[in-house]
Amino acid sequence: MTDAKKPLPKVGFFDFTSCEGCQLTVVDCLQTHPELLDVIDIVEFREAMTGHAERYDIAFIEGSCTRPSDEERLASIRARATVVVALGACAHIAGINAIRNNMSLAEVRNIVYGTEGDKFESYPARPIGTVIKVDFMVPGCPISSEEFLQIVTVLLQGRSPELPDYPVCIECKLRETVCVYHRGRTCLGPVTRAGCRAICPAAGYECVGCRGLTSNPNLESLEQVMAEHGLKSDAMQSRLDMFLAWEMNERRAKEASRE
Amino acid sequence: MSVALRRLVVSNLQVNLHHVTRVEGHGNIVIDVKGGRLDTCRFDVVETPRFFEAMLRGRPYQDASHITSRICGICAVGHATTSLRATENALGIVPSEQTVLLRKLNFFGEILDSHVLHVMMLVAPDLLGVGSVIPLARTAPTVVGRALRMKKLAGDLCRAICGRHTHPLSLTVGGFAHFPTLDELSDLRARLEAMRGDIDDTVELLSSLTFPEFERDTEYIALYKPDEYAFIDGDLRSSDGGTWPATEYRQITNEHVVAHSSAKHTSHNRDSYMVGALARFNLNHEQLCPAATLAAQALGLKPKCTNPYFNTVAQLVEIVHAAHESIWLIDSLLARGIQIEEPVRPKQLSGEGVGVCEVPRGTLFHRYIIENGSIVAADCVIPTGQNLANIEADMRALVPEILELPREDIVLKLEMLVRAYDPCISCSTHLVDVKFLE
Repeated sequence: MTDAKKPLPKVGFFDFTSCEGCQLTVVDCLQTHPELLDVIDIVEFREAMTGHAERYDIAFIEGSCTRPSDEERLASIRARATVVVALGACAHIAGINAIRNNMSLAEVRNIVYGTEGDKFESYPARPIGTVIKVDFMVPGCPISSEEFLQIVTVLLQGRSPELPDYPVCIECKLRETVCVYHRGRTCLGPVTRAGCRAICPAAGYECVGCRGLTSNPNLESLEQVMAEHGLKSDAMQSRLDMFLAWEMNERRAKEASRE
Repeated sequence: MSVALRRLVVSNLQVNLHHVTRVEGHGNIVIDVKGGRLDTCRFDVVETPRFFEAMLRGRPYQDASHITSRICGICAVGHATTSLRATENALGIVPSEQTVLLRKLNFFGEILDSHVLHVMMLVAPDLLGVGSVIPLARTAPTVVGRALRMKKLAGDLCRAICGRHTHPLSLTVGGFAHFPTLDELSDLRARLEAMRGDIDDTVELLSSLTFPEFERDTEYIALYKPDEYAFIDGDLRSSDGGTWPATEYRQITNEHVVAHSSAKHTSHNRDSYMVGALARFNLNHEQLCPAATLAAQALGLKPKCTNPYFNTVAQLVEIVHAAHESIWLIDSLLARGIQIEEPVRPKQLSGEGVGVCEVPRGTLFHRYIIENGSIVAADCVIPTGQNLANIEADMRALVPEILELPREDIVLKLEMLVRAYDPCISCSTHLVDVKFLE
């Protein structure tokens, strides 16, 4: 029960470039677990409520940083928050927003807004962790409600949440889903961080890497697996450039600097 | 304060409301009244541009529905379905009857989910005089409890059909990659039956609440099908007269870029038009199921309704329609049985196709040009984008009518107006805040 004397931790939700689907997942969690409201005080959540606060014990941030003014707003949230948590793929690894990083900004603007494109400030999409210190993340596109609840519980206990560092394949095998490769399709399960309970292959889709790469992904071996199943490397490239465009570009840049 | 004094004070009213709350995405309302004359009246879309049309270029056609569902977390099923229809039309794919039934059921799940969220969690707090659904949970727990049950059922319905509501997994070009079991469908049917009480109570609640009075006639546009209240596919119809095939949508939308909005504006016969539940009701009310027609009568919603605040009421009528039609659809599926079928394969790998659906907020268009299996051009026209010019036109008509009210009431009425449209700003940037300039 709530201790009347002890104030509840103040929690804020913020959004940057995203579809706000992760915040919707949070709204769904509040529906299925209304007792959450007995242990946290949601002081800011623009999508769901009217209100504004000066300090947060935990700030959850959804979305990618895609323009200079985002940096100022991120810094201001960081300055007011004790713990910052990246909420979902856009904040964690720039998600699908980074697909366009592999095109020139002028081209991208021209495609969408024609000659009026330069009216809107924008630069390549980046994870919020490149701009401010991020303490923890809830990966996925969208986040999993179970994982979100688990991470909130751990944070409220004053501990540090840890994410699995093994690939999605492990969880897929545990639920005995037929391997996507046996269905003749590409799957990033071998290199993607688990924790989603491999729901995509189980629903007839494939892993597209929305939770980001494991800390030491075996990309060479992935290419081999694809070749063994008669899949071309450009099929792999197009998969890796969907959710993982930013992470892959970082890896390439690091490799280039080593050479 | 006397009315005369108040009028003096507000003759130089400036409103600059940054980041309107309880809407999806970022927008600002900017109002500037100088010497009693409305000088500026804008609804700024300050959401960052997202460039989806560019992201699709060069990608295999199978990715389009998965990328575009990420335009919006609330209407993910709507975007995915519209995307699939565009791809299928481009590649000569005619989905099976079972696919059509399952997609419709999935779509009703999203209409229910999105409308319940908007009517009961985002708008109801205004009508019941609280800041959000969170205090409402304490002051009106039965109302919130009802909303939660209905929303949970809508989410479970989507989960059974497409794996999850945000973002669907099993929807695929030509059909489905995963199928619900007959047991899952029977269970959903029983829960939809049990939800009738919650729906009746919600209709009763909303019919007892007072919506702001404001009338402004505009052009209403919605999809039309001869045999049903259209949600997926159909022709475009205008309340000013005229029907067009969906492929001619650009004649209606006439998208143009405006400086204060990263969402493009649209116009057709007049300076602006409206899409969404109220437009659908005004054009297609004769095709509602009998229970939804009764609900409209109980709620005092009559065609043609020109009060934009009643968009919320039209959404509730559609909740009734979607719940009843879902039961009917499940009965058909149970009678037919579920076939585990392979998706229909493309006839060709190049072509141009338009997909059109009535998503919760209005008419959504996707158009793709595909060459050798890769998307070479894409165009997405989103409901909120189409409503922006109409929202501004409403504000310009409304502000002079309410200038005598206290400032906080003016702000509230403007915010409520914007919220009535249920704007989805992430979607429309390819949009909401109220700014009173000061």
